[in-house]
Amino acid sequence: MTSNTVLRWGLYGILILFAAFYLMPLFVMLTTSLKSLEEIRTGSLLALPREITFAPWAEAWSTACAGTQCEGLRPFFWNSVLMAVPAVAISTVIGALNGYVFAQWRFKGANLFFAMILFGCFIPFQVVLLPMAQMLGFMGLAGTIPGLIFVHVIYGIGFTTLFFRNYYVTIPQELVRAAKVDGAGFFRIFWSIFLPLSLPIITVSVIWQFTQIWNDFLFGVSFSGPGSQPVTVALNNIVNSTTGVKAYNVDMAAAIIAALPTLLVYVVAGKYFIRGLTAGSVKG
Amino acid sequence: MPILEIEHLQKAYGDTHILHDINISIEPGDFLVLVGPSGCGKSTLLNCIAGLEPITGGTIRIAGRDVTGVSPKDRDIAMVFQSYALYPTMSVARNITFGMQVRGVDKATQERKLAEVARQLQIEPLLNRKPGQLSGGQRQRVAMGRALVRDPALFLFDEPLSNLDAKLRVSMRTEIKKLHQDLNASIVYVTHDQIEAMTLATRIVVMKGGVIQQIGTPAEIYNKPANMFVADFMGSPAMNLIPARARAEGGQTRIEIDRPGDAPLVIVDPVARDLPTEIVLGVRPEDIHEATGNAHLPGTAQAASSDVLIEIVEPAGADTFAVTHLGGKPVTARLRAESAVQARQPFPLAFDLSKVSYFSPKDGQRLN
Repeated sequence: MTSNTVLRWGLYGILILFAAFYLMPLFVMLTTSLKSLEEIRTGSLLALPREITFAPWAEAWSTACAGTQCEGLRPFFWNSVLMAVPAVAISTVIGALNGYVFAQWRFKGANLFFAMILFGCFIPFQVVLLPMAQMLGFMGLAGTIPGLIFVHVIYGIGFTTLFFRNYYVTIPQELVRAAKVDGAGFFRIFWSIFLPLSLPIITVSVIWQFTQIWNDFLFGVSFSGPGSQPVTVALNNIVNSTTGVKAYNVDMAAAIIAALPTLLVYVVAGKYFIRGLTAGSVKG
Repeated sequence: MPILEIEHLQKAYGDTHILHDINISIEPGDFLVLVGPSGCGKSTLLNCIAGLEPITGGTIRIAGRDVTGVSPKDRDIAMVFQSYALYPTMSVARNITFGMQVRGVDKATQERKLAEVARQLQIEPLLNRKPGQLSGGQRQRVAMGRALVRDPALFLFDEPLSNLDAKLRVSMRTEIKKLHQDLNASIVYVTHDQIEAMTLATRIVVMKGGVIQQIGTPAEIYNKPANMFVADFMGSPAMNLIPARARAEGGQTRIEIDRPGDAPLVIVDPVARDLPTEIVLGVRPEDIHEATGNAHLPGTAQAASSDVLIEIVEPAGADTFAVTHLGGKPVTARLRAESAVQARQPFPLAFDLSKVSYFSPKDGQRLN
């Protein structure tokens, strides 16, 4: 055996170790969610279920109690969908237009504006909580899903603008010039030339924004009302509002349900994500 | 009526002046080439004509209409870009018809014009391909097709051949020339390649540092360069610029050129000229001939003491270039291929004084 193969197997060993380390919690969650409470109490944490049961999943979805409301995750899951889908769409569209302007329609002070928008990416959530609450109050959106959409759009624009700007900067300026001479205006050029080129970066923006917005807890818990809580807040409530025995299997099932959509987005569009993230670095 | 008239055009970015007082006027059917070294402002000038760069001062008229503040789409121009700038997600056909589509031209007219241009440029088999599937030369054709369908008052070309390999460049050059003759189009064309400028242009503008050095026909530019910059820039190999001394002598002009290790070379221009003592003699390599015994070449004033020491001989197939040293500068002569010239040997040369230029060494301006 040459030293090369030894190194190679060593590399694989380390990678497998890391993968196992990361997958272990998921494994525990999955197996626990498929066990009965009885089996959880008596068996080992790492053991496979002796008897697979989907009852905890059904309970988590439709009957588990979040506080006093015992309808499972279902209504909150839909709240999250109603919040995340428009918020992702709006922030992506605005980010695309912003990025298009910053990359191809430079104006006086563009760099300063871009720096300010970029700065928005680095403002911690906690800092904006109070002013945002006041703002939502002024707008009459406090405690509503549109209010949450608004917050997430505002917070996401910094990132989406950065993505699209860096992507569009690699598109030669002569394309815009050619289109101008051809008679196309600002929106026509965007629609006919830039948008058809944008699939990789739209994917990046959608995955990024969807993950951020779906997984967000702080904005969700701060700015939602009783009827507009997102799934992350409900999950917290379900886990924290046990009476008597802690139903670990239901908690685990609920956690997996809450995490499924982001997983799904990754599986469907993940390969574009890496491609889109690196697209700006090499000229095509 | 001139098709393009530029008056007192100025262009500055803040305090940096890019173009100084540009005045150009061309007639319909003219092929105007803007030529100069990189950074001379020729591309900026083209972008100003296109309306892609705002100008700081002056006026631009296209086909008699003042378009100074008009947006590019309303200037009645079409442009071919250096990188071709084809829309990458559109087929060749859509690339060509995009402009018409934006302007709301009806479908039937679009189809007809597309077919016409595709035939003219022989790109019919490519119409359904994407730009990424085309070779450089094919992209070039499509880019020209996109301009041709527009049938504009003025075509603008921004170094359209600089991305092609040498062989393709020559053939595309011929095609552009042919296209110009067939269409009788008015064209403004930017290049840094002086051969391209000479072969294509009906009029040439030589630029340097944002200032027009000379405007003229290719023959005027080549034979009577306005200053030493133009003389040196146009022509390959470049014009020989030889420091010399001039003296009027009985209705003639006596020119002395220093020679290493020998008495100065004296040649006599049979014309009386009003020249300062210190001059620079400009002579094209092809205007230095092999002196053939006593016989004067027709229309040629032969150098009296004409033997010069040849340093290098460069056979180039059709011609042989012989390099000597005069007035402290290397001097190239273009001789016949079968010339018996040999390196490190004296060789008799004759200057065709009917075609020489005299320049002032102080400001480089032409004196005759």
